[in-house]
Amino acid sequence: MSKLFRATVTAHLDVNTGFRLLTLQPNCLVAVPDPGQFYMLQAGATHDPLLKRPFSYFRAENGTISFLYRIRGKGTRAIAALREGETISLIGPLGNTYPMPSGEFIAVAGGIGIASLFSLLGAADGRAVLFWGGRTANELLMPEAVKALVGSAVITTDDGTAGRKSLITEPLKEYLALNAHLPVYTCGSAPMMRAVANACAEVGTRCFVSLEAYMACGVGACLGCVVKIMDADYPEGKYRSVCKDGPVFNASTVVWESRR
Amino acid sequence: MNPSLGVNIGGLILKNPVMTASGTFGYGEEYAEFLNLNRLGAVVVKGLSLKPKEGNPVPRIVETASGMLNAIGLQNIGVERFIADKMPFLRRFDTKVVCNFFGDTIDEYIQVAEVLSRTDGIHALEMNVSCPNKQAEWCVFGTDPKVLNEVVTSVRKVCRVPLIVKLSPNVTNIAHMAKVAEDSGADAVSLINTITGMAIDIRSRRPVLANKIGGLSGPAIKPVAVRMVWEVFNAVRIPIIGMGGIMNGADALEFLIAGARGIAVGTANFINPTATVDIIDELEQFLHDEKLSDVSEIIGSLRI
Repeated sequence: MSKLFRATVTAHLDVNTGFRLLTLQPNCLVAVPDPGQFYMLQAGATHDPLLKRPFSYFRAENGTISFLYRIRGKGTRAIAALREGETISLIGPLGNTYPMPSGEFIAVAGGIGIASLFSLLGAADGRAVLFWGGRTANELLMPEAVKALVGSAVITTDDGTAGRKSLITEPLKEYLALNAHLPVYTCGSAPMMRAVANACAEVGTRCFVSLEAYMACGVGACLGCVVKIMDADYPEGKYRSVCKDGPVFNASTVVWESRR
Repeated sequence: MNPSLGVNIGGLILKNPVMTASGTFGYGEEYAEFLNLNRLGAVVVKGLSLKPKEGNPVPRIVETASGMLNAIGLQNIGVERFIADKMPFLRRFDTKVVCNFFGDTIDEYIQVAEVLSRTDGIHALEMNVSCPNKQAEWCVFGTDPKVLNEVVTSVRKVCRVPLIVKLSPNVTNIAHMAKVAEDSGADAVSLINTITGMAIDIRSRRPVLANKIGGLSGPAIKPVAVRMVWEVFNAVRIPIIGMGGIMNGADALEFLIAGARGIAVGTANFINPTATVDIIDELEQFLHDEKLSDVSEIIGSLRI
C-alpha cells in the first residue's frame, strides 16, 4: 500500500461561505487513517502552486476519505476548482494520532479545527463534551453532524451570531473548574490553542494539541514545519517536525513561540 | 537492449546519473517507504556539521511562483549521531551514499571531512560552501575565490573519497569559482545551490521568513541552473552534477545535454516522492527512443 496515490473526486460540496467538503475515492488500495492524521493534497499538474498542502482528514468511511477545508490561497483555490470525476494527488495518511481517551473527555475546536477533531469525536461514541468557538456562525461547519457525535456541545462566537458571545476559553474555564480531571483535546488557531493549553495547565489536566504549520514534504525531510518541544533532555525545547513527530503534541511540552 | 545509464563522477561510480539533492531527502529513510532506494544512482544526505545544529526559527519556508524559499538554517543531527544512527540503515542498500557537509570554520570542515571519509559505506563527500564563514562575518566560503581555494585545498588533503564541491550561484562568475574548485583539488562540482531570495508580507511589511532571506529552489530556478552548468562545462574538465528545479526526465535531460554527468533531484521529492525513480525511467525511455546505447552519448551534447 503506497502512501503516494491518486484519488477521484466523488463529491465536492459548498458547506458555508468559503468552506468546502471534498470527498475522494482512492484509485488503489490505501491505508485507513486514524484520528489526528493528515494528508498532503495537490490538484492539477502545473508547477504553480508547486507544493502539496496539508489537511487533516475529516471522515474516512466506506473506502472514501473526505476533507473539510477553507479556501485561503492559491493551493486551496486549485483544490476548490476540482469537479466530480477529476483526480487529485495525495500523500498519506501522515503524522501521529490523538491518544485515544479511555473515558469522558473535552474537545475544544476553533472554527475549522473541527475538521481534525471530527474523526476523534466519531471514534469516541459520544464520550466528548465539545467546546466549539468561531469568529462568526459561518465558521461553525456542519453543526448537526458534529453535535450528533458528542454528549453535549457549548458554542461561542466572537460576534454572537451563534451560541454565547465570548471566546471559547470562557465557558471552557468554567467547565474545567468543576471537571479538572478530564483530558482535553484541541485543534484551532495557535492563539486559541495556547489559551486552551494555559487553561488546562492552571487546573492541572492533560491537554493534547494538534498543530498546524507550513510544510513542504509532510514526511520529515524538509524540516520546514518545526516546533520547539521540551523534554527531559531538552528543557528549553528542541525543534521537532510537526509532520512527523506531530501534529499532535502534549500541550505542556510545546514552546509557544510568537509567530508573526 | 537496455541503454547503459552508468556514469563515473570523479571516481564515484554510479549505476545511473540520478541522485537526490542534499536537504530534500533527509537521511534516506524518510523516503524509503515510497521508493526502492536501490534504484538510485546515489543518495545525498542532509548537510552534516561537527556538532548537531538546531537551525533557524520559523517560518522557515514559503512558496513562491513555481518555487519555494527556505531558510532551514542547516538543522542536522551532527556527524557522530549520523554515523551511529543513520549509516547502518543506508549501508543496507546497493546505492552510493554521498555525505553533504559544512563547517563554521575551515578547521571544522577538515574535522568533519576526516571523520566522514573514514566511515565505511560513505562513497563521496559533497562540500557545501554556501554557508556563512564565521571567521569573516559578511561572506560565505564559496563566494570568495581565495577562501574557496583555501577551504577546498585543506579538505582535499584529508578526504579519502571523491570530493564534490557544491557551488553557490550567488556569484558574479560561477565558471571562475568552478575553476578555483578544480585547481584546488575537487574531483567534481555540483551546481546550483539555491539562489538567495526574499518574500515580503505586504500587510505587516515584514519578511515572510524569520531569517528574512532564504534560498530559492524549484522549477523557477531551472533556466538559471542550466545556463550555469553550461558555463561551467565550458570552463573545467572535472565532472559536473547538475541540479536546480528538475521535476521530470525532460528537465534532467536539459542538464545532461548542457554538460552535467550526474543530476540531482531536490524540491521535486517533496511534491512527488517517487520523482527520482520516475526520472530514471524517463531517461531510459528517452535513450531508447533516440536509439542511444549509453547515457554518455547525451552528456555535453549541446549543439550550437
